[in-house]
Amino acid sequence: MDLPLGGVCKAGESRKLETGKWRSFRPVVDKAKCIKCGRCAEFCPDSCMEIKEDGAEVNLYYCKGCLICMRECPVDAITKEVEEK
Amino acid sequence: MTIQTEVKELHAPGHRACPGCGCAIAVKLILRETGPNTIVVSPTGCLETFTSPFRGSSWEVPWIHSLFENAPAIATGVLAGLNSKGNVDGTKVVAIGGDGGTYDIGMGALSGMFERKDDILYICYDNEAYMNTGIQGSSATPLGAGTTTTPVVGDSFGKMVSKKDLLAIALAHDVPYVGTASIANPADLKKKVRKGMDNPGPAFILMLSPCNLGWGFEPEDTVELARKAISTGLFPIVEFENGRLVSAQKIKPVPVEEYLKPQKRYQHLYKKENFNEVLKAIQEKADRNIEKYDLAKDRN
Ligand SMILES: Cc1ncc(C[n+]2csc(CCOP(=O)(O)OP(=O)(O)O)c2C)c(N)n1
Ligand code: SF4
Ligand code: SF4
Ligand SMILES: [Mg+2]
Repeated sequence: MDLPLGGVCKAGESRKLETGKWRSFRPVVDKAKCIKCGRCAEFCPDSCMEIKEDGAEVNLYYCKGCLICMRECPVDAITKEVEEK
Repeated sequence: MTIQTEVKELHAPGHRACPGCGCAIAVKLILRETGPNTIVVSPTGCLETFTSPFRGSSWEVPWIHSLFENAPAIATGVLAGLNSKGNVDGTKVVAIGGDGGTYDIGMGALSGMFERKDDILYICYDNEAYMNTGIQGSSATPLGAGTTTTPVVGDSFGKMVSKKDLLAIALAHDVPYVGTASIANPADLKKKVRKGMDNPGPAFILMLSPCNLGWGFEPEDTVELARKAISTGLFPIVEFENGRLVSAQKIKPVPVEEYLKPQKRYQHLYKKENFNEVLKAIQEKADRNIEKYDLAKDRN
């Protein structure tokens, strides 16, 4: 790794770190059930749930698979799958 | 209903917190309310560590890591620097520290910050032990909880004494805004962060911050446990302005067992009969809180 002068760290540089690699479970959203309440996005510790026009969508680049979104979804629109690596 | 397509968190993803970390949820919510015109100070601890590996900062507000023991003093220095330049933009200073950094080693510096009446919001994310170094007990570790330094062996039942009352300590300093908040109630949390920032002078917010690694529970239960801490009465959601209680969240009390049983750090209490006394003491603590703040709904 080439060290920049003075060891400069830029704001928000963690955005390039792919924490999705840590996942052992993957949350799966059933968009037909999703009511777009935004609870999963509110509670996700890794800010990777986004509420799109047609329902919640997981950003798997960051998602660590904690499944808080699944637990907190009021209509059980999120289930888990074992992550295949 | 808000469609959050454009949420751009100031606490960037890619941070190194354990999956399901309560503190990570807290800080995301806190920064949503503070906005970008804020300088954050953090003492050493999980938050500092998981947000600042070299070339991996998660902070999109100016942020400074103090030593473990002096975040409040560094925050005072940041504020003095801003003020010496007139602070024309009205930049706010917020310190966010763990329980070890706040209840224990930073206590002297925090007391000084409170005494000087510096215009700083100090938020303690309380995961009830020194998590970053491997779950050592702190003075925030509650009665009966097992940690590596409050071990469970033979007749030893984990932490032998109860948790320090940090709210009372803040109130004893005449801190004008003092409250508790929870990741289980983001709207209330954000409201309190706003009040703490707008209040001229020091403000203190205590947030219980479930840690699945240190407490031993499934990561998916983080928010549910924060909720159970409230509904048992063990973590009352209260707010004081100028020393007067101005709000207390009502609950339908549930037995402390609902909060304790899912956590490994309390498992031993259910395995030995002579630990029943400890369970009783924990329930009594919850009952005292319910009484003190008149928390129970439909009392008759
Ligand atoms: C003066 C000093 N003593 C000890 C340490 C080692 N240390 C680093 S983080 C930490 C624990 C922090 O605990 P807490 O404040 O509760 O935050 P948490 O990690 O639990 O989030 C310790 C003991 C240190 N960095 N500096
Ligand atoms: S599993 Fe966890 S990290 Fe992944 S989207 Fe759900 S809450 Fe976020
Ligand atoms: S040890 Fe606990 S507080 Fe620290 S990052 Fe992991 S879950 Fe969060
Ligand atoms: Mg801690």
